[in-house]
Amino acid sequence: MPLKINFLKIMLKTNSNVIQREAVVVKFVGDSGDGMQLTGTLFSDTAALAGLDLATFPDYPAEIRAPHNTIAGVSGFQVHVGAKKIETTGDLCDVLVAMNPASLKSNLKWAKPGATIIVDQDSFEEASYKKAGYTVNPLEDGSLSSYNLVKAPITSFTRGVLKEKGIDNKTADKSKNMFALGIMYHLFGWSFKGTYEFFDKKFKNKPTVIESNKTVLEAGYSYADTVEALASVYQVGKAAIPPGRYRNITGNVATAWGFLAAAERSGRPIFLGSYPITPATEILIELAKYKSLGAKVFQAEDEIAGICSAIGASYTGSLALTTTSGPGLSLKSEAIGLAVMTELPLVIVDVQRGGPSTGLPTKSEQSDLYQALFGRNGECPAVVVAASTSANCFYFAYMAAKIAMEHMTPVILLTDGYLGNGSQLFRIPKAADLPAIHPPLAKPNDPDYQPYRRDPETLVRKWALPGTEGLRHRIGGLEKEDGIGNISTDPLNHQKMVDLRDAKVQKVADYIPLQEVAGEKEGDLLVVSWGGTLGAVQEAVEIMQAKGEKVSHAHFSYIMPLPKNTAEVLSGFKKILVCELNSGQFVNYLKMKHHGYNYMQYNKVQGLPFTVNELTQVLTQIQEEK
Amino acid sequence: MINKQNYTIERSSVELTKEDFVSDQMVKWCPGCGSHAILSSVANVFPKLGYRKENIMMVSGIGCSSRFPYYVNTYGIHGIHGRAAAISSGVKIANPHLSVWMATGDGDSLAIGGNHFIHTIRRNIDINIVLFNNQIYGLTKGQYSPTTPMGSVTKTSPQGTIEHPFNPGELVLGAQGTFFARSPDSNPRLMTEIMFEAAKHDGTSIIEILENCVIFADRTHDAVTNKENRDDRQIILRNGDPMLFGKNKDKGIRLNGTRLEVITIGQNGMTEDDVLVHDMYEQDPGLHLMLAKMSYPHFPVAMGVIRAAIYPTYDDMVEEQITYAKQTSKIRSVDDLLNSGDTWEIN
Repeated sequence: MPLKINFLKIMLKTNSNVIQREAVVVKFVGDSGDGMQLTGTLFSDTAALAGLDLATFPDYPAEIRAPHNTIAGVSGFQVHVGAKKIETTGDLCDVLVAMNPASLKSNLKWAKPGATIIVDQDSFEEASYKKAGYTVNPLEDGSLSSYNLVKAPITSFTRGVLKEKGIDNKTADKSKNMFALGIMYHLFGWSFKGTYEFFDKKFKNKPTVIESNKTVLEAGYSYADTVEALASVYQVGKAAIPPGRYRNITGNVATAWGFLAAAERSGRPIFLGSYPITPATEILIELAKYKSLGAKVFQAEDEIAGICSAIGASYTGSLALTTTSGPGLSLKSEAIGLAVMTELPLVIVDVQRGGPSTGLPTKSEQSDLYQALFGRNGECPAVVVAASTSANCFYFAYMAAKIAMEHMTPVILLTDGYLGNGSQLFRIPKAADLPAIHPPLAKPNDPDYQPYRRDPETLVRKWALPGTEGLRHRIGGLEKEDGIGNISTDPLNHQKMVDLRDAKVQKVADYIPLQEVAGEKEGDLLVVSWGGTLGAVQEAVEIMQAKGEKVSHAHFSYIMPLPKNTAEVLSGFKKILVCELNSGQFVNYLKMKHHGYNYMQYNKVQGLPFTVNELTQVLTQIQEEK
Repeated sequence: MINKQNYTIERSSVELTKEDFVSDQMVKWCPGCGSHAILSSVANVFPKLGYRKENIMMVSGIGCSSRFPYYVNTYGIHGIHGRAAAISSGVKIANPHLSVWMATGDGDSLAIGGNHFIHTIRRNIDINIVLFNNQIYGLTKGQYSPTTPMGSVTKTSPQGTIEHPFNPGELVLGAQGTFFARSPDSNPRLMTEIMFEAAKHDGTSIIEILENCVIFADRTHDAVTNKENRDDRQIILRNGDPMLFGKNKDKGIRLNGTRLEVITIGQNGMTEDDVLVHDMYEQDPGLHLMLAKMSYPHFPVAMGVIRAAIYPTYDDMVEEQITYAKQTSKIRSVDDLLNSGDTWEIN
């Protein structure tokens, strides 16, 4: 087999039309059952092995298997690969692989002008293109003439090569996606090695499946090569990635692993109480795998039981977590109040999706910020932190756990569906290099122990674990007397406790990094963003800076409390443009905390991420108005 | 003293007394409230368990009953309305070395917390749940609850309730409960006895106390619990004993076809041999359900331990899975995890 690959590689080199590219965006789309997620994943893994940087995003329907060949059933996977640092999953794609008419119909708008479109022409039968909403066959009516259209007979060729091996059509159709992948490997000139290893491992006990997948993959490659279906092939160089050991990781997996790391470094056992909800469920699934690391994962009967079981576990000394998305965060509100009142460490992860109500479960938004900041009864401050890339979900999960335990407070970690499901290269850290975590455990028989006696510096109370001698105490949701912790309805004590709870959370600002600015500290325009929009905003600002515009960028990850130098950062600019995927929640929060600046806002609430292109246009317009 | 099968709770090296569990907080229940007697029974039972006092944990939700944790000197959480079972579940799973006790009421566990209540029971997590059933919302001052008898006039049912009440025993057994016991608040000896049995039981134990609320539902259980009639209207079940009751122990419960029936010994040719013998360990819940459902005036109300069936507990199985995973998995540390699967070096 390896001989054949080398042979093909030699053939590739003879192809005269090679386009050098710094980055390419590829989107695989097809019917839910066409295996697009796997195809995209294998493509990205191979890109990574070839030394490219990358970011991926799966785009799948809420339905498990919507009716065959309908728009509702289209499943997609976008991959952005490059020889440069890849910040986003890409606005529009250079290559669109469409396995059926419905997927072409719904995704053509995401293709760049002149993009290469590879379709399975066998799937464009009258019944199926009509089901997708076309009246005439789009492959024949000239409507795609401005694109580089490649009509590949994917179904018939796949069936053909497998028929020789005695495999029936129905079984053969399951390997169609590998034919498409083979075409792509030819387009990029990549090796089959990683994908072969995947087959060998995945189908260990099914040699026929291994063989048929390899056969079809090679057939796709040979097809592209021999019929010269592609007008040109890409050559993307290796990215200048800092040396180290790498892996590909999704935001949800990175979140789960960040917590496991925090548990290990703090010496506290880990407990997750959670209820499945899109797009947060993968964190629950991931943590459930690691009982060998002592992870106790409780799939509760509902969202409320998820957080309440975590509060119980927290009281006993666990790093306690609950994971959810917007609607689930609503259900957890009262219990977050209990964690605020009892001053117990707890991390609540909200993988944001489109809202309100059930909203757009599989789409992404930043519209839960108000809920995270304010969505509780009473004066109820909690720390709010937001991850900004799929890979740094690891770091922010770690930091959320560190802050929760060291400051005895609930911390809400905001990620989103885009970060959670998307993947990126992740440089593997050593656990020992992560910042130390020191939970404030009370010592046995401490004569001074009182449930609400506080560290004068941090205002943090001690964590007294059941089973410890001499520390028996009761806490709860009723207001408590400062220090001693008995129930108290005294008016002045309540005022004092309200102030103390707030001051304790504000003090966290002393322990988080200062806000950084990308670019000059002073200028015409400061672009502000937070959370999952980092990549697109950063890239747009870099484009403006390259044009010589005095535009800088501040991306916030610590939301409550804000970094101590926030006012200083804001004061250096004539205009402050806050870009976010909601109707203006962070800009209004900034106005409340730091009023008097010239705030502007750019918002989008479509369940979609920002594109670099739209942001560049907005920034250009603002700069032209000055 | 209790000897649990698995994951033993650490024993006290000294003999404890009731005083070890007295808290310094003023008990604020109404004079005459049944909760005082329940508190006293709990304080009597705790030293008998033989556990270290630091290994006992009290959890509650909201309502009159739920002030309980403040009145016993143990570790404790006073939670939020209806969620005590979920909090207790987290406590027990996270630390199986604690003896977890939960104080709750008919509103807290059967209305707002119904979901957590049934799922905790279904999982058979080793928690001892004392259900204060006074058939009324006391703390919010007199609205009907899920156990208020149909037709009762309360503040929110001026013409009488039109809801079919829960029988907690029926609910517990329907949720695959492994332990259910009942006692009136007026029988401290029986309360202490069944609390001890509950603590011995591995799994979720429900202890229903028929409690009197002197203010809003006074004498709600009176027909069954008053001194005059109680011997004829209650049957105290004890494992291995024939189901006899009445002042002269001359009445009994027998199975007639598929139904229970009250018989009088010596009448219609009935002898003690016709009377059922109680087997609380029986796995099949059929008879236990019939016993739990017996109600006045057709039957005596069953008191004592009705069911104590042995099933694996959730918390034991969690520990077993973790032990197994630790023995067999290659991933022993976060560094192992981070470097597992597909990784590659970039130079």
